[in-house]
Amino acid sequence: MAKFIIKRIGYMLITLFIVITATFFLMHSIPGDPLAHMARNLPEQTRENYYEKYGLDKSTPEQYVIFMKNLLTKGEMGESLRYPGREVTDTLMTNSAVSAKPGGMALVAGLIIGILLGIVAALNKNKWPDYIVMFIAILGITVPVFVLASVLQYIFSVKLMVLPTTGWGSWKNIVLPIIVLSFGTIATYARYVKSNMLDVMGQDYILTAEAKGVSRFNVVKKHVLKNAFLPCMTLLVGQVSGIFTGSFVVEKIFGIPGLGFYYINSINDRDYTMIIGTTIFAAALFVFVQLAVDIAYSLMDPRIRVK
Amino acid sequence: MLVNHDVTDMMENIPDEKFKIIGIDKDAEAPSRPRIGYWRDAWRRLRENKVAFVALIILLILIFFIIFGPAISGYEFEQIDSDAINQGPSAEHWFGTDDLGRDLFARVWQAGRVSIIIGILGAVIASVVGSIYGGIAAYFGGAVDDIMMRIVEVLLSIPYLIIVILISVVTDSKSLGTMLVALTLTGWCGIARLVRGQMLQLKSQEYVLAANALGVAPIKIILKHMIPNTIGMIIVAITFDIPGYIFSEAFLSYVGLGIQPPSTSWGALASAAQQNFMFYPYQLLFPALMIALTMLSFTLLGDGLRDALDPKLRK
Repeated sequence: MAKFIIKRIGYMLITLFIVITATFFLMHSIPGDPLAHMARNLPEQTRENYYEKYGLDKSTPEQYVIFMKNLLTKGEMGESLRYPGREVTDTLMTNSAVSAKPGGMALVAGLIIGILLGIVAALNKNKWPDYIVMFIAILGITVPVFVLASVLQYIFSVKLMVLPTTGWGSWKNIVLPIIVLSFGTIATYARYVKSNMLDVMGQDYILTAEAKGVSRFNVVKKHVLKNAFLPCMTLLVGQVSGIFTGSFVVEKIFGIPGLGFYYINSINDRDYTMIIGTTIFAAALFVFVQLAVDIAYSLMDPRIRVK
Repeated sequence: MLVNHDVTDMMENIPDEKFKIIGIDKDAEAPSRPRIGYWRDAWRRLRENKVAFVALIILLILIFFIIFGPAISGYEFEQIDSDAINQGPSAEHWFGTDDLGRDLFARVWQAGRVSIIIGILGAVIASVVGSIYGGIAAYFGGAVDDIMMRIVEVLLSIPYLIIVILISVVTDSKSLGTMLVALTLTGWCGIARLVRGQMLQLKSQEYVLAANALGVAPIKIILKHMIPNTIGMIIVAITFDIPGYIFSEAFLSYVGLGIQPPSTSWGALASAAQQNFMFYPYQLLFPALMIALTMLSFTLLGDGLRDALDPKLRK
């Protein structure tokens, strides 16, 4: 087990290193320099000061060494080019905390509803509850998020006028984003739990349990659910890391000042340090969650460790 | 030797009339049904699957309109008409017009060309690259396989959209080509894994062992057993991947990193329409409907194809 964890951590570090290095050099390979737009009309001396301040007067490899040193020793990733004085790391922390609120609630709601729907569908295969659940699942997979968001805004804000379209602060602002964000989770999990449960229900040990006279409730509780839930863990990686990075589209539509919102903004602003910082943050988060899920999975399912 | 010769001579001297059939039914050996090849069989199974067949028909209709729609509409997709701004659907403009008075019927199908091309090309490129990569890894095995699969593992642990966004920002070119590069850069990893797994499984099958034992050349085994037994799976993977690429393209265009005017895609259309959604909901309806229909059809067709091409999976 210890060997497995060490191996996974090793992979994680390699992945992180590659992502950071690749992001840094890719962003620095863009023709033109990041300050060109801002510093166009500045006097020569001011411009030079600016370049010195951001370390842009040095060569790219030198900048890389400085960047890595700051990141590893101080956990800093420089200052926003667009908004001087804003530390990238600070911005990331505040923004991801904002994203986490609707994201976390949507994940919990989506998981509970999705799993319940999946169980109902599997136990009522080819009856009307199954068809309804599968209809919802297909809707969730085929309807783009921005369409769902727009339709909900239209119904609840324009027609019924009970909820605000955009904004941040009151609990009312968070309702629609949660519905939109959880819809995808519900659809994915309903489908996945259902097919996993049907797989398990076809296994021989279920037949054995039934032959022994175990009640249907106990068969489902003790054998089906436990075995059907395990594979669902792998789906969690994207979902959990998505809580903090937020959904780019949903945050943009509802005006939530989260990480996804600012990521899109920094792309449109060509705010290089922010883009590098957010990319690294999102990738690191994804990799960490993946590691956590892998370890949890192997703790729960001994078959993984044997391999 | 001599004796044998004599026997043959003797046989040849017996006239044919002396032979007669004693109680063998000639038809017993004939197959009772005509022989059906793999593809014919798969097609038959697909046709029996009503849901998948309807999905296929919807797709064909969509593709028909994507090819001929702009011509049917009678308008150029970029033709601006300031007298007909934001009109609802009518006999003149079937899907209405947008905020510049452009005919939405023409625009939706013109956009469909870009979306479908990205979907299909993206999935095909990713599948070809992935299949070759996975095939090589499985064929050589050992250290080569180990290193190649570690690379895939690292690439897969980077969030997909982040890579796509990063490449789009770096290349800063919004042409179809660069978008395809951005979308497929790590998109092939999943298929590489699938193909490798399937190949490794096939390698240990008895009939491959038998072929090996009989001295069949490796290239013939690959052509006769490995590829035909993997191709069905790859086709299914392509079908399931197409909606993913269409979705990613829609996302990129929505965020402003995708297709730029004057050309357009379903994602770009939806993005433009979303700004006006409160006042002109129909502008979003049509591109969104097309995205949803395409996604749905490909997903359902993929389900059907999986059952048709891989009968072992069917329960």
